[in-house]
Amino acid sequence: MTLDNAATAAAVPTGGRPLKAAVTRAQGGARRRAFLLVLPLLAFVFFSFVVPIGQMLHRSIHNPAFADNMPMISAWFRDHPTGTVPDESAYAALVADITAAAEARTIGVVGTRVNYELSGTRSLFTSAGRRAARLEPPYAESLPALDDAWASPELWSAMRNVSTAYTADFYLAAVDLTRATDGSIVSVPADRKIYVDIFQRTLLLSALITGLCLLLGFPVAHLLATLPMRYSNLLMILVLLPFWTSLLVRTTAWIAILQGQGVINSTLVALGIISDSERLSLVYNQTGTIVAMTHILLPFMVLPLYSVMRTINPAYVRAARSLGASSWTAFRRIYLPQTLPGIGAGSLLVFILAVGYYITPALVGGASGQLISNLIAFHMQNSLNWSLAAALAAILLGVVLLLYWLYDRLVGIDNMKLG
Amino acid sequence: MALPTYASPLERLWHLVYLVICGLVLLFLIAPILIVIPLSFNAEPYFTFTEKMLTFDPAGYSLRWYDTLLTHGMQAPDGPRNAAWWADAWNNSAWIRAAKNSLIIGISATIVATVLGTVAALGLASPAMPFRRLIMAVLISPMVVPIIITATGLFFFYSQVGLANSYAGVILAHATLGIPFVIITVTATLVGFDYSLTRAAASLGASPAVAFRRVTMPLILPGVIAGALFAFVTSFDEVVVVLFIAAHDQQTIPRQMWNGIREQISPAILAVATILVIVSIALLTTLELLRRRSERLRGLTPS
Repeated sequence: MTLDNAATAAAVPTGGRPLKAAVTRAQGGARRRAFLLVLPLLAFVFFSFVVPIGQMLHRSIHNPAFADNMPMISAWFRDHPTGTVPDESAYAALVADITAAAEARTIGVVGTRVNYELSGTRSLFTSAGRRAARLEPPYAESLPALDDAWASPELWSAMRNVSTAYTADFYLAAVDLTRATDGSIVSVPADRKIYVDIFQRTLLLSALITGLCLLLGFPVAHLLATLPMRYSNLLMILVLLPFWTSLLVRTTAWIAILQGQGVINSTLVALGIISDSERLSLVYNQTGTIVAMTHILLPFMVLPLYSVMRTINPAYVRAARSLGASSWTAFRRIYLPQTLPGIGAGSLLVFILAVGYYITPALVGGASGQLISNLIAFHMQNSLNWSLAAALAAILLGVVLLLYWLYDRLVGIDNMKLG
Repeated sequence: MALPTYASPLERLWHLVYLVICGLVLLFLIAPILIVIPLSFNAEPYFTFTEKMLTFDPAGYSLRWYDTLLTHGMQAPDGPRNAAWWADAWNNSAWIRAAKNSLIIGISATIVATVLGTVAALGLASPAMPFRRLIMAVLISPMVVPIIITATGLFFFYSQVGLANSYAGVILAHATLGIPFVIITVTATLVGFDYSLTRAAASLGASPAVAFRRVTMPLILPGVIAGALFAFVTSFDEVVVVLFIAAHDQQTIPRQMWNGIREQISPAILAVATILVIVSIALLTTLELLRRRSERLRGLTPS
């Protein structure tokens, strides 16, 4: 204890309580009050946001569809190591499970689960479900008599993979890997590789869009920051109006402008630059996604750049010029380094938003302009492989949270500005 | 930015090029939004300017697409336009129903987000707040986490707890998405807040509740309203969560637009877009007025 502290601790004001204790008490009260103010919102966000996302992440590693409905064969897989050739006891357990599942009407769920591992197997289970009750032992012969596939090692390997409720297989599938019959991890056949490509495309397009936003946003932010306030406030409206306009409105506008019968093509045809038969396809492909997303995300680049550039003292550049620097050197060595915080903040923000974009690619992206979010939506709504959707979402979330952490470290969430 | 008198001819040329580039970028920003307005008055079902429109022939323009906004979904759209017709439109028109839903959901979500967000921002702005950085990161995260992930998570969670396909579910989800904006704007206002004012109020005998109501609240009100506007716009523009967790009854304007864009895209969509652009101009104006008021209240001179 230092002398100061000792003096404080010893000081006893008229109330009779040592000053140090009184200060600690008062600070504790302030801490509690501040925390109590935040608590309702924290609880709200916890239940309406953190818990749902946590549950979704759990779903990406947990799928009990097979294990719950096929308990006996799942137990057999637990007791026998990978590579064991299925014997009569395995077939008997399988037939008993199929019979029970058919009665409980869960055989479709089971078939769907195995189908995710090995496509084309769903009907195998449903048709076996209709006839399993009439099968006679030895099942090792009577079940394959229904369909040869019941004896195939691929099917047994697939069933072994899905027999545990907790599995990392959806993450393997999400990066185009699968398990071979001997349990080793191999890459899927080339014609079924899609996810890694889409992840790469998402990152590449996001980087491209971020670059375009920086390229277009930098001069505008510079102009706004250096003009006198009364002009820059007017021009700022041109940046803020798109920012405040509905995303769907902006996407619709781009469809109207870019489509085959749209404004650009019609103008070009009317001017005779292209003929009616060679109208450019500018939308429902990657071009559409890039143009529309650059337009939508540009304000998120301009605003942080502007707020940093506003604070840069113009005297520095003038000083550099007076010391003999050319205007290019003065810009490169003096001005540009000072804008780096703005460039970092804007680029990170645009990249974070672009990586998770869904609406615009879905509406104007066609087939080649789809991003990872669209694939997640596809598995949620069309293929109904929810665990795979959750695994893809978890990977995307990981990327976004990493970038978010970086943003917090470099820029600070407190410094995020809107409008 | 004025060019210095000592600028070389090359620099003058570059300055001109730079101004042209800026002009083009600003045009790129604003043109798509402005172009939908004339297109929405097209008399033909096209997405481009017809010859009649370009020659300003009145026959090339019409309000037919605005009319379809009323009649789409009505039981008897062709009847005489009397009180019964308007009642039919009010009750059955798909777009009017969507607008009603958007307003109900938007306003409720805004109230939830603004009340919770403002109270929390008061706590977060206090220097005594423990784990400030972490809590702030959690509360802002709904803004950065991709909307598809939030929607997926809510889809599973709501089907378990019975909030799926209900107004309450959509409202709570939209409130969560609006909260970061309220937090950001209100904490930004509180940064410039002079706490000696509340101490002065207390020394004059005001209870904390009275001091908050009569001193703090009027001063941070511009920030609170700005946050509320952001929260409202977030809800008003949100489509993915509605796609995932709402039933047919809770279709909002963006959801209805989504249908329109995906199925048959007609200039009726552009008519809605025009109305929404006008709404956003109104919001932007409100926000600008608030900003000026806030600066005046805080004694900052407008430059």
